[in-house]
Amino acid sequence: MITFMNNSDSEEEPCNERTSLMSAESPPVPSYQDGLQASQAGEVQAHRKRRTGSSRSPNNIADGDMSDSGVPVRESTLENEEEELTLKYGAKHVIMLFVPVTLCMIVVVATIKSVRFYTEKNGQLIYTPFSEDTPSVGQRLLNSVLNTIIMISVIVVMTVFLVLLYKYRCYKFIHGWLILSSLMLLFLFTYIYLGEVLKTYNVAMDYPTLFLIIWNFGAVGMICIHWKGPLQLQQAYLIMISALMALVFIKYLPEWSAWVILGAISIYDLMAVLCPKGPLRMLVETAQERNEPIFPALIYSSAMMWTVGMAKPDTAAGGPSQQTWDAAEDGRENNRSPSHADSQMLETRSPAPTRPITSFEELEEEERGVKLGLGDFIFYSVLVGKAAATASGDWNTTLACFVAILIGLCLTLLLLAVFKKALPALPISITFGLVFYFSTDNLVRPFMDTLASHQLYI
Amino acid sequence: AFFWLVSLLLSSLIWFIAVKASDPQDEPLQKGLLIFGVMFSVLLQEVFRFLYYKLLRKAIEGLVALSEDGCSPISIQQMAYVAGVGFGLMSGAFSMINLLADSLGPGTVGIHGDSQLYFLTSAFMTMVLIFLHTFWGILFFHGCEYRRWWEITAVVVMHLAVSGSTFCNPLYVGSLVPSYLLMAAAAAWAYLLSGGSAQNLRRFLLCKS
Repeated sequence: MITFMNNSDSEEEPCNERTSLMSAESPPVPSYQDGLQASQAGEVQAHRKRRTGSSRSPNNIADGDMSDSGVPVRESTLENEEEELTLKYGAKHVIMLFVPVTLCMIVVVATIKSVRFYTEKNGQLIYTPFSEDTPSVGQRLLNSVLNTIIMISVIVVMTVFLVLLYKYRCYKFIHGWLILSSLMLLFLFTYIYLGEVLKTYNVAMDYPTLFLIIWNFGAVGMICIHWKGPLQLQQAYLIMISALMALVFIKYLPEWSAWVILGAISIYDLMAVLCPKGPLRMLVETAQERNEPIFPALIYSSAMMWTVGMAKPDTAAGGPSQQTWDAAEDGRENNRSPSHADSQMLETRSPAPTRPITSFEELEEEERGVKLGLGDFIFYSVLVGKAAATASGDWNTTLACFVAILIGLCLTLLLLAVFKKALPALPISITFGLVFYFSTDNLVRPFMDTLASHQLYI
Repeated sequence: AFFWLVSLLLSSLIWFIAVKASDPQDEPLQKGLLIFGVMFSVLLQEVFRFLYYKLLRKAIEGLVALSEDGCSPISIQQMAYVAGVGFGLMSGAFSMINLLADSLGPGTVGIHGDSQLYFLTSAFMTMVLIFLHTFWGILFFHGCEYRRWWEITAVVVMHLAVSGSTFCNPLYVGSLVPSYLLMAAAAAWAYLLSGGSAQNLRRFLLCKS
């Protein structure tokens, strides 16, 4: 068994930690809607029809409630308008989440199907030391379970470590750590990926060109993700690094371990976010207490936040709005590693830093984005990619897993409407995905193959 | 799409169990089991279409209760159309995608004595099925809305007929022609139900305002 090179291992670590953290903190962050209160129950029905993300707003309810205490009472007429707006924007937000998740999966599946490198077995990570080349089924199962236990414990340790760092305000450390891991992702993994793609299509490229391309790609990526940049570019970069990370997982996780890890991580996600002593929940609460936003590099945000904070904070409308907005931001963020300053967070989000926000209503009517942790992207893509790689070359399985994951995402957003607090996005989708993968691979495939060979249609 | 997928899952489960429980060498039995599987799957798809209708109905009620002016932003006809398209797309994708992937690779069609028009006819059949699912969606929901059971049974019978006609394959005239005729009939019926008329059609075609 060849382990991955040592230096890469240490580099892997922050990445793994980060992704695990993200996955664990996967509650899809809903858009913030002020004043959305009691009508959520009714909205649930509506949501089921459209599977809209208006369910999203209830999550903000928690934030809204918190912020309400510091904000003047809103008129009820505003609330009614809010409901309508929520519905309209809710559907948009679901689509806003569908598109990036779909894109990430498409990139992963396309790469898996075409580039041979990612399906070759070339060793394993040190996090999964047990090999699966054992003769007996029982032994293989045992090895995969042990691998999972090790991986999950690594993730738990990292998460707890991060929570502690956050609690004791070691912001610089976290900051540096995240920059290091995104550096590695953007440069090293892109280099490997590009190399393999060029090999597959037999395209010659010289080193200076390669260096130029990768340097530009990486530098722009770092700026976009950690600082300011056009929103779509930032989204594209986040999707790309999620896809790269997912490809690494697909390549280096042995088969059975991968499935067991997927299952285990969704259970962990569930517990970490919902249990009172769960690390992620503590992160959320600490962040909310301190009114701090989460580090932007680990969350996918789907829309611009017209930042009230960027307006003069001493304007009358700006003041309370900023407070509520920040509180909403906190509730929204998944990753609790705080960015160094609120202003940085706001800057990342605002397209027009000097846009004056004059009225509170204006703030509410503007587009609220949706946020989803990058870990979710990664694990969804791992599931679909594994399905594409190992399901006997069958596209039906891939398609079924894809649909299952998207439906799971919709249901999660729906539950968000019902429960009105941070929820993990992994469990439902991954469960559906796993169920559909195994059932489609074993049950539907022979049926469809037989039908196709007789050219029967159902 | 999801509902169609679940129905496919359940029907293939049944078929799989039946196959495993039976003798693999017995050719007529296997064929019979396959036919049974197909019919059962068709029925199950319609059942799931009905369940989906129930779900959407509840959702519309919620939306209506929520909205200010008492009518929902999306009508049941639109939902019927979308449901039909979803079903159709999923069934089409599942039928075609492996064929398409294989067609990219090397090979000769029909080299073992099978029909050479395999890909072509598969494509046409899939297309007609997708259209049919869309129209059936509209007809089915309309029937459920206005409690016209004969419309619902007509949809089920049509579906069974189309699936059954594919048993004639590779005698393609026996499957493609009836399917297309049925599709034309279903299209006209759905169009009339959605409020169209010959006049509307003429106006549209002649680009009158």
